[in-house]
Amino acid sequence: MTFMKKTMATSIAVAAASSLAVSTAQADMSDGEVRIGYLADMSGTYRDLAGPGGQTALEMAVEDFGSSVNGSPIVVFSADDRNSADVGANTVRGWIDQDNVDMVAGLVASSVSIAVTKVLEENNGLGIVSGSAASSITNEHCTPNHIHWVYDTYPLANGTAKAVVEQGGDSWFMLTADYAFGHALEADVTKVVEESGGEIVGGVRHPFPTNDFSSYILQAQGSGAKIIGLANAGADTVNAITTASQFGITQSGQQLAGLLIFLNDVHALGLDATQGLLLTTGWYWDMDEHSREWAQRYFDEVGRMPTMVQAGIYSSTMHYLKAVEAAGTDDPETVRAQMAEMPIEDFFARNGSIREDGRMIHDMYLAQVKTPDESTGEWDLYEILSTIPAEEAYRPLSESQCKLVQN
Amino acid sequence: MMMIFGVPMAVFMGQLTLGLVNGAFYALLSLGLAVIFGLLKIVNFAHGAQYMLGAFAALLGFRYLGINYWLALFLVPLVVGAFGVLLERFLLRRIAHLDHLYGLLLTFGLALIFEGTLVNFFGVSGARYATPEIFQGGLNLGFMFLPTYRAWVLVAALAMCLFTWFMIERTRLGAYLRAGTENSQLMQAFGVNVPLLITLTYGFGVALAAFAGVLAAPLYPVSPTMGSSLLIVVFAVVVIGGMGSILGAIITGLAMGIIEGLTKVYYPEAANTVIFLVMILVLMFRPVGLFGKEA
Repeated sequence: MTFMKKTMATSIAVAAASSLAVSTAQADMSDGEVRIGYLADMSGTYRDLAGPGGQTALEMAVEDFGSSVNGSPIVVFSADDRNSADVGANTVRGWIDQDNVDMVAGLVASSVSIAVTKVLEENNGLGIVSGSAASSITNEHCTPNHIHWVYDTYPLANGTAKAVVEQGGDSWFMLTADYAFGHALEADVTKVVEESGGEIVGGVRHPFPTNDFSSYILQAQGSGAKIIGLANAGADTVNAITTASQFGITQSGQQLAGLLIFLNDVHALGLDATQGLLLTTGWYWDMDEHSREWAQRYFDEVGRMPTMVQAGIYSSTMHYLKAVEAAGTDDPETVRAQMAEMPIEDFFARNGSIREDGRMIHDMYLAQVKTPDESTGEWDLYEILSTIPAEEAYRPLSESQCKLVQN
Repeated sequence: MMMIFGVPMAVFMGQLTLGLVNGAFYALLSLGLAVIFGLLKIVNFAHGAQYMLGAFAALLGFRYLGINYWLALFLVPLVVGAFGVLLERFLLRRIAHLDHLYGLLLTFGLALIFEGTLVNFFGVSGARYATPEIFQGGLNLGFMFLPTYRAWVLVAALAMCLFTWFMIERTRLGAYLRAGTENSQLMQAFGVNVPLLITLTYGFGVALAAFAGVLAAPLYPVSPTMGSSLLIVVFAVVVIGGMGSILGAIITGLAMGIIEGLTKVYYPEAANTVIFLVMILVLMFRPVGLFGKEA
């Protein structure tokens, strides 16, 4: 009910603000259109967590908004970055130079996001990063031209690693993807494990991507650690978990801790292989009535339940459009300031707000994968164990290295 | 405990065994490529996709038609191989007289089409194919726990490799085939239907890839992109072994599996590159490959 009241209040405020601005608004939209570019991996490893489904989510937001802002139509561009920083950066440069794109959405692989946000900063554009994990995107790589929406490696470590150590998993073996994201996650996890009284007894950095994990699993088995931490993502995580189950890791008394696991990964692996796995997520479709309602609409369009990234793309696009409407312009600087002023409270985010470093903080959740007996349907996969409040979940500003933060 | 280069004996033996399993797999895949290249001079870039089609056919056959693993191991190579026959008959044959590059481009394009189509329907996350009941659990080798299924993969892949080698190098049919590719006009004059032989050989190479795909289905998530990452490694194996050498592909496949396995212990960061380093060394000192014949 409070949710309804709040949204109602916001929309009244927004309507009031926009009716004041309406006479000048159209003139303030560049080209008389609001142009959004959707950049994501549409065909590779990260396709299923954002990809074409994320574009559908974005288009749903545009449609729900009424397909125009203050009379200016909303136009959506899209492109496949193929997980290449070069391709991503060049696409965005073209969008800004030739197509006058006002906002870039999607943004999945961390390496692509870091390259694209640099381009946005040089050209005074605006980007909302929804798919990437690296917490450095709003730390050492922060810019005044982007916002990081759904999650990052900090709460992943903070949520999952802490909970696992508290449950007695105090010796860890890290299986880390050998690139920026894996290193960042490994560092965040190491810190949390040691602070919680645990110990990292060993680890191995595997090339990205790796096809066969048997050798690494054997090394982890030999280490005697209670927990095998998976600091990797996508197909690598799926592969590692499959192999671990073949080698009887859990039967021999060791446990896996997946640090970045998406709904589509659990769906692909099946509950037999993943049951009991602890994970941290920014959103789950079956959290409450609002999330279920939106997820059902998405399901009707796409045929799969949405991941947290796809839901976040809807949420962030909606927030962006509201800010454009309220500000009466699509000028990046003004819109970003407007977005930061408005709190975020929708089917996706609870207690959401945008900090000066560009991090959208909101409540995160510690979840556990259900057992096949507990699950009542194909997509009934998680049980939410606890909420990590927004303020605690993310890296505190006092530890920030972001140039926008005065420390 | 006995140590080998700073690693406990048990760990070393374990990695050696796993390397051998992976090696048998590389051998099986590169064998198909070597057969196709050695006898037909087609650089089959669709090999990874055909391997993937094998795994998918097993998965879908089980899901929708209830075909079990053993039946799939027999049927899938036949079906995918027959599909290969059609490709050869209607597409590859038309460009057989042109430069190799055209065959490479054609097969590469086909691979992209197969992958793209399946990605469109199934996404990239992949699906699991259950390990057959009889292979559940593992063998305690003393120094390691080896999942029974991996042991079976080693046996099945090696048996298939030997069978292929025997067929091509030691039977009359194999002799016709080798003669036909050496001098097809002369063979035709002797009354051998060389074009048919070539079509069937391509089909057989594709069937080998599909067989490997079925073997892989319970090991790795079945996904449309599972073949593309493997293809490049397998090509490197073929180059090291000597383009077209059957025995070379088998021995090199096994050796590269072991080298890669040991790299994963001593310097894991290089595990994906070590095979290419070997390839560079081989190309520098013996450009025709370890088992290739000097032209």
